[in-house]
Amino acid sequence: MATDTDASDTSDPGDASGAADASDATDQRPTGLSGRLRTRNTARETAELVGIGLVGLLAAFMLGFILLYWFREFPYVELLYTEFRIAGRLLDGVLGTNVFKHPFMWQSLSTGVLIGIVAPLVGSFLVHRQMALIGETLAHAAFAGVAISLVFNSLTGWDGSILVGALVIGVLGALIVQWLADRTDTYGDVPIAIMLSGSFALGTLLISAGRGQTNFSIESLLYGSIAVVTPDGTRLMGLLSVVVVLAVAVNYKQLLFITFDEQAARVAQLPVDRYNTLLVVMTAVVVVGAMQVLGVILVAAMLVVPVAAASQVARSFRETVYLSILVGQAAVLAGFAVSVSLSLPAGGSIVMAAIGIYLAAIGLSKSGVTAISTH
Amino acid sequence: MTTASAHRTADPIISVDGVSFAYGERPVIDAVSIDIEPGAFLGLVGPNGSGKSTLLDLMVGLREPDAGTVRLFGELASDFEDGERIGYVPQNATTAARGLPLTVRELVAMGRYPRRLVGRFSDADHQAVDDALQQVDIAELADRRIGRLSGGQRQRAYIARAIASEADLLALDEPTVGVDAESRDAFYQLLDDLNAEGITIILIEHDIGVVTDRASRIACINTELFHHGDTESFVDSDALADAYGVSGRVVHHDH
Repeated sequence: MATDTDASDTSDPGDASGAADASDATDQRPTGLSGRLRTRNTARETAELVGIGLVGLLAAFMLGFILLYWFREFPYVELLYTEFRIAGRLLDGVLGTNVFKHPFMWQSLSTGVLIGIVAPLVGSFLVHRQMALIGETLAHAAFAGVAISLVFNSLTGWDGSILVGALVIGVLGALIVQWLADRTDTYGDVPIAIMLSGSFALGTLLISAGRGQTNFSIESLLYGSIAVVTPDGTRLMGLLSVVVVLAVAVNYKQLLFITFDEQAARVAQLPVDRYNTLLVVMTAVVVVGAMQVLGVILVAAMLVVPVAAASQVARSFRETVYLSILVGQAAVLAGFAVSVSLSLPAGGSIVMAAIGIYLAAIGLSKSGVTAISTH
Repeated sequence: MTTASAHRTADPIISVDGVSFAYGERPVIDAVSIDIEPGAFLGLVGPNGSGKSTLLDLMVGLREPDAGTVRLFGELASDFEDGERIGYVPQNATTAARGLPLTVRELVAMGRYPRRLVGRFSDADHQAVDDALQQVDIAELADRRIGRLSGGQRQRAYIARAIASEADLLALDEPTVGVDAESRDAFYQLLDDLNAEGITIILIEHDIGVVTDRASRIACINTELFHHGDTESFVDSDALADAYGVSGRVVHHDH
């Protein structure tokens, strides 16, 4: 994950400080204070990069688990999987927990870790485009998708993945949102609000109509649950995460350009509508993957809260992306710990942890930590 | 950046020919024709709601005309692809949300994006960004967040973005709204310097005095074109009174 946006770098820390050195040299300005600040900045940047590197390693480990679990029936992989289970039991023994021996916990944890990366990553663009509510809307569209899948499955006897249905309807919802935005020249809150409540209404009607024909727990979908994550859902999240991270890495510059200055991006002949569509479709994808753990109602929070926290203290957009991911990851891990130890819903725990970090970031920002660089 | 003299015999940078545009039923631009020669400094004036911003949008390809054609650097605006040749400073540039976590350097670097959408910046790209920051005298602000600059500094950052993109044309829509008088003078001096280097400038500005001081040519519109010619002929004409009044006749059009 450390390289998610590096591929399209415009001002990586090394280059930025190098260039600043050069400009100082030409300006022949005194470098006392700025020199000290730069040292401090470099330390901060190093810490962030180390953090992102660790998150990347954690994500790679979780993706490794998903693959291991998926192919556990295969020779050699079976052996490796057995070793993994033993290591989980040992870890539980050492920590005195009852978590790591259960494959379903690993599924939830891996889904959570990946959410903690992709949701803030996509959210960094959404929040600064003032499209924060899109996530909420698409979560409700995905909820309608779940209901449609349930009804479809019970009527046809087909055993398709409910999440795939949610993904299809979520992406469809994203395309409708984009279509509306293109027609009205804005992401107006009225069409968004209508779509949000409309899809939720459709979902509740369908689920009520189909009640009794399925043992699907609607509460776990609404509020999120560690236990609701299925092997299918984990694999889907793993796949979608890789796709989203690659898509952002490849299109970082375009997404940044349309985020901060859509008109100038149009004048520069960027296909703005295409990138807008990419952004809302990625949002739908993240929302569907994330709603297993976070629940329909809370899923949008992970797109917004870590980014809001990071924006309080970050000194550049790049740093906002890095810090959002770090905040997202910290919230997921802390939320999981609280959820498991106190038997509370994972979604609520994670979101409260994120909001706690957000409040702390406001405090840090007010106390002048960022004022060092911003005067 | 080519020089003004090299451009003198070239085709118009922008050619607006019989262009009309309406929002729904309400006509905003009616049969306007203007050619903008390379190296010109065109001031676009007219009362509020006269269609100045819409005309600028049409000129840079942000909107498609209902009738007539717009050519950019000789190509139909709909086929035009060299986006980096136009530096565009939006109307809300000085009032953009203060919370934006974007550094000046990140903003200026966007000027290079049309040239390098994929892959890392080359040394030349970094150099272009540094040079642009130096040229508008904000190198020391490079790592500041854009939302925390003053209006005048922010405006310079947008100009630096256009310089970094090596734009031949600079289109500015009321760039000094919210900028203090001293910074505004310095900003217009910067535009003069860029124009002297051969960059064509189109400027929308509500302060007629500033426009007549700075621009070499004036287009005065109020849905229709009331005047297009050099600044002296505009000052001598009744175009301004006509455009701001009720009269609808074209007084001057000397291109």
